[in-house]
Amino acid sequence: MNKNSNTYQILYAAVMVLLVGTLLAFIYMALKPKQNENIANDTRKQILSALHIASPDDSQVKEVYEKYVIQDLLVDAEGNIVDSAANVAFNVDMKKNVKLAERQLPIMKCKTDDGSIKYVLPVYGAGLWGPIWGYIAVNDDGNTIYGANFSHEGETPGLGARITEQSFQDLFVDKHLFVDGDFKSVAVLKKGQKATNGAEQIDALTGATITSRGVSDMMADCMAPYEAFLKKMHGTEAPAAAENETNDNQPE
Amino acid sequence: MLSKKNKEAFFNPLSKDNPVLVQILGICSALAVTASLEPAIVMGISVIAVLAFSNVIISFLRKTVPTNIRIIVQLVVVAALVIIVQQILIAYNYDVSKKLSVFIGLIITNCILMGRLEAFAMHNSPWPSFLDGVGNGLGYTIVLLIVAFFRELLGSGSLFGFQVIPQWCYDHGYMDNGLMILPPMALITVGCIIWVHRARNKELQEN
Repeated sequence: MNKNSNTYQILYAAVMVLLVGTLLAFIYMALKPKQNENIANDTRKQILSALHIASPDDSQVKEVYEKYVIQDLLVDAEGNIVDSAANVAFNVDMKKNVKLAERQLPIMKCKTDDGSIKYVLPVYGAGLWGPIWGYIAVNDDGNTIYGANFSHEGETPGLGARITEQSFQDLFVDKHLFVDGDFKSVAVLKKGQKATNGAEQIDALTGATITSRGVSDMMADCMAPYEAFLKKMHGTEAPAAAENETNDNQPE
Repeated sequence: MLSKKNKEAFFNPLSKDNPVLVQILGICSALAVTASLEPAIVMGISVIAVLAFSNVIISFLRKTVPTNIRIIVQLVVVAALVIIVQQILIAYNYDVSKKLSVFIGLIITNCILMGRLEAFAMHNSPWPSFLDGVGNGLGYTIVLLIVAFFRELLGSGSLFGFQVIPQWCYDHGYMDNGLMILPPMALITVGCIIWVHRARNKELQEN
């Protein structure tokens, strides 16, 4: 058979692609459950890191996570709890949770070792090369940031990728989300710049202007819908009142 | 099994014909993944696996591959193997797969692979091709490990993540060299290794 005839070449290519495609599809299906478990564990580690809890071994992540995260909540724009089934917040796919009108507002309610209650809010936005996301732990005054953790898909190593470094994440600690009673998300700005709306601010990363702006926008965009919920804790009502309301709305 | 020719196929790439030090192939990934030993060793094993198997597969196919599309056939084989390695890593070593991120995918563009497939596997039977693949992969891995050893030791004071420089050194003013972690020092380290290697192998020196 003539190896260089068009028919042979086309047939050869077609059969090869078909075989390789089938093989890859099969492997992908076979490994998917294990991969999903790893990704879920990684997410748990990120949430724990926002709570300043050192990430445990892979085999213990789930256990440790369930020890600290005591309840998953979904709230609406008025700050009312609409759902609190197990893992309901953890399972929200932030990638698909972008449109403001249809957005679900997941919250992980956590209890740290000293017994204080923290609320972890997931945030999701755009960096320079791809998506960035993170978890912001807020104290039960609904105002002070307790900890933050950021991740990215493909930001430049050494520049934008530094949002994952502890030194950057620690800048958010003890910043306030409310200034004079109004919600103002923490801004990430170059040294010397001042937030126009008077929000509290931290220094941007050198050489990563767009990623820094991405973090700033992500915080503003994703935290704003929680304003009512946070205000309930922060505003006129005492934290305890918000606590009671949480319990009243539990479906169990 | 191990004729003279086969031995050469396996041992030459380790030193005399090292893909990184002599052929200067695969430098990009050698710089990128060598900040510490663990990703370097995983990258090395991945390259050995992909290179050995793609060499064998191409060698089996070599008489059927149409000359006009041989590069495409080679690419499909390499790409398929790389995707398999990547999926296995995500499933069984997620942290390392995150650290290696794009570089596993970039094994496809590692010049060592296409170079060996085109130069060796297309003209040799499967067994020597397998040896050639493993040999070249090992040659690449050895360089990766030497570079990663010095970068992790001087840059982070640890090996395989374990602290080896005792705490009292830090207490007495010793500091890790942050520059070692950055890509430029990887290039300089590779340069030093090539220098030592050529100084010891006179026949490699050019005039």
